[in-house]
Amino acid sequence: MAKAAAKTKAAAASASVERRPALAGRTLSAPGVKVEMLPPAERISLRAPQASLAALSKALGVTLPAKPKSSATKDGRTALWLGPDEWMIIDEAGTDPLADCAKVTALHSAVGISHRNVGISVAGPAAAVTVNSGCPQDLSLEAFPVGAASRTILGKSEIVLLRTAADAFRVECWRSFSDYVFTLLSEAAGDAAN
Amino acid sequence: MLLIRCPYCEEERPELEFRNAGEAHIARPTNIAAESDDDFEKFFFIRANPKGVIYERWRHIHGCARFFNAVRDTVTDKFVMTYKAGEPKPAKLPGAPK
Repeated sequence: MAKAAAKTKAAAASASVERRPALAGRTLSAPGVKVEMLPPAERISLRAPQASLAALSKALGVTLPAKPKSSATKDGRTALWLGPDEWMIIDEAGTDPLADCAKVTALHSAVGISHRNVGISVAGPAAAVTVNSGCPQDLSLEAFPVGAASRTILGKSEIVLLRTAADAFRVECWRSFSDYVFTLLSEAAGDAAN
Repeated sequence: MLLIRCPYCEEERPELEFRNAGEAHIARPTNIAAESDDDFEKFFFIRANPKGVIYERWRHIHGCARFFNAVRDTVTDKFVMTYKAGEPKPAKLPGAPK
C-alpha cells in the first residue's frame, strides 16, 4: 500500500528530475513502535509578515496557524508553525505549494525544500518514548497534543516534529542527517520496548 | 536540564534548544567611524561580567530561531525572566525586593 503510494508520487514528481530520496523504503519494527521512511512529499519554507497571511492561506488552501507549536491540515497539505513569521508547508497529495504561492502578490518568501528534507514516521504505543530518547521536549498529550508541531532537536540533529495522532509522529530532518536520525530512532525503538 | 521560557513560543523549553548570544542592551554607536579607540574598545570588548543578575541575549535556535533577552543570575544559574528582543530593560524584576 505504502509502496504503491510512493510510486504514484514518484511518477508525479518525475516531470522535472528523478527523485532519489535518502534511505527510501527503510523500515524498522520493534515491539510497540514502527519507524519507517515516508514517501517523498512537496515542502516549502514560507516566511511572511502578518499582512500577507490571509492571501497566502487562501492560495495554499490551508489556514496558516498563528499559535506557537501548532499546525493545520487540509486535503493532504499541512502547515506547521515554526516561528512568528515562519511556516513549513508539507504537501503529501503531490501538488506543489510553491506554484500556489507564486500566484500571490502579497509580500512573502517561499523556498522549495522538497528535496532538502525527508520524513520519518514513528508510530505505535511507544512512539513518544522513542522520540523522547533524543528529544528533550515534553511529549505528553497535554503538552504536545495531536497536531502540535515544533522545530526541536533529536540527539545532535535539528528536526521538525509533528504529532499526527496520539501514538504517531512525523519527524522531518535534513536528508544528510537522515542516516543519523533514522539510526538513533531505530536504536531508541529497540530500547523503548524494554 | 534548565527550562527556559521563550517569549515567542510562549512556553518553557529545554535548554538544549537555546544558545547564548552575549550581553544584551549594548547599543551600537550611531557613527562608529568617529568613535575614539578607547570608546570603541569599551563598546566592542568590555563586558559587565557581574556576579549576580545579568542581562543577556539568547536565541531559540532549535525552535522558533528568534533572539530574545533574558535576565539570569550568574550565581544560581537561575533565569529570572525573559522578554522579547527590542523591549526595554525591565524596570523591576519579578521576585526582587521592593
